[in-house]
Amino acid sequence: MPAIIVEHIAKHFARVKALNDISFSVEKGELFGFIGPDGAGKTTLFRILTTLLIPDEGKALVNGLDVVKDFRKIRQDIGYMPGRFSLYTDLSVEENLNFYATVFGTTVAENYELIRDIYIQIEPFKKRKAGKLSGGMKQKLALSCALIHKPSVLILDEPTTGVDAVSRLEFWEMLKRLQKSGITIVVATPYMDEASLCDRVALIQAGKLMTISTPSEVIKTYPWKLFSIKSDDIFSLLNDLRAYPGMHTVFAFGQAAHVSFKEGLGDEESMKKYLQGKGHSGITISPAVANIEDCFMELMI
Amino acid sequence: MSYRPEAENIIIVKDLVKKFGSFTANDHLNFEVKKGEIFGFLGANGAGKTTAIRILCGLSYPTSGKLNVGGFDIYNEREKIKRNIGYMSQKFSLYDDLTVFENIRFYAGIYGLRKKVIDKRAADLMHKLDMKEARDKLIRDIPLGWKQKLAFSVAIIHDPKIVFLDEPTGGVDPVTRRQFWDMIFEASRKGITVFVTTHYMDEAEYCDRVSIMVDGKIAALDTPDNLKKHYGAGSMNEVFLKLARVKVE
Repeated sequence: MPAIIVEHIAKHFARVKALNDISFSVEKGELFGFIGPDGAGKTTLFRILTTLLIPDEGKALVNGLDVVKDFRKIRQDIGYMPGRFSLYTDLSVEENLNFYATVFGTTVAENYELIRDIYIQIEPFKKRKAGKLSGGMKQKLALSCALIHKPSVLILDEPTTGVDAVSRLEFWEMLKRLQKSGITIVVATPYMDEASLCDRVALIQAGKLMTISTPSEVIKTYPWKLFSIKSDDIFSLLNDLRAYPGMHTVFAFGQAAHVSFKEGLGDEESMKKYLQGKGHSGITISPAVANIEDCFMELMI
Repeated sequence: MSYRPEAENIIIVKDLVKKFGSFTANDHLNFEVKKGEIFGFLGANGAGKTTAIRILCGLSYPTSGKLNVGGFDIYNEREKIKRNIGYMSQKFSLYDDLTVFENIRFYAGIYGLRKKVIDKRAADLMHKLDMKEARDKLIRDIPLGWKQKLAFSVAIIHDPKIVFLDEPTGGVDPVTRRQFWDMIFEASRKGITVFVTTHYMDEAEYCDRVSIMVDGKIAALDTPDNLKKHYGAGSMNEVFLKLARVKVE
């Protein structure tokens, strides 16, 4: 039985349709990512899965338990790290951890093995108030607290938002280690590059699932011919390429532009001539392989 | 746009030190930013970026050092600095319970623009952002992507010499994020200097020059191309990881 089954979930708020006919399942032990921008509906969905919000329509099961009827049992089974830092800022690191262990009827000592790798990094600051920690340390403490009752399913809402590239990498290394201990992990992120670190991803936008697949499958389904093009002036390059006959999309990727063409169109020689005619120097044109972000944008437009 | 060594220095920072008690948040920073440049100010969380930005915006005094922003001295001419810069962050930018137009009027008014000018610029903006039908909607009712673009436009509504952008694109969808950068390029073309922080390393590549702060010091400062060459890296992400990974929290 999958760890999570969601069937036709919908949720409306006064002004917006936050979730629209969402269905998916997550296998036991899977690392499953929800990739999408702010406002896509990720938090609403997670609040339903964690029994904090009741859906308008549809059904959701966690470990076979219904999120509405069996909410008490589910709460024992899951660990949840909300997007906003939600620990007690006026308690110390150690006090927060003890508090969460006690609430779940366990002790820090009993499950210490599970959090050791993570907690060891903040242990030197265990007497410090949680409100006085840096962003990276808060994140590690929040994860420790979400894990201290040894949940079978861990739900993380944007744990890496606003976090620098180094801390993001370290956080994903921690998740990979946790996955090895058998925990099912569902994680939301606005960072497209983190998609490749998941077993499967769901791309979500404006309350709808656009696709669910493995990262490599998502990339394989990219339908168009794609080029990576550079010149010495990226701003003019983007504008000139947007005016190029037959192009489908033009998006900046670092110092290059990714340009896609629908079938049959787009050849390197004519593009080069066109750009030279527009006065560009340092032109390089090469075929490119789509990444998750290309795919996401293709699904969005 | 682009970094020209011969261009006028719009920001000059000499030996900037900022201490909080025994903790040194900024440890002898030295750099210049050229007029019209897009300057990326990167660093890990806690490296001291926000501290430095607050000083450059005239919101906090340095412990020591000489700083000039937009031609004004950071110690004696802070009010002039504030009038000549724009600021936008992801966390706070617009008032949720005011309409789009009211936000524009409020910010433009603060910067002393006259009613006629405000009406004209507001109309231009609505047209440019394709938001005419949203003019009288509350900010809380418009999509995040629109908010971000509007917040940037409002931050430069008074034609500042410099605009400071503190993680302006966090959480935004990838298409909007790129449209946002088109607006940054455009502002830079008009001669506005752009000082920007971001955690998206592909955005670091859009900058003319990038500085990377590690533990209160500037560990590297150069064009993205030169940084990649120097560190033998294929992307700015690799450069960043090489420099910032050795930090201790």
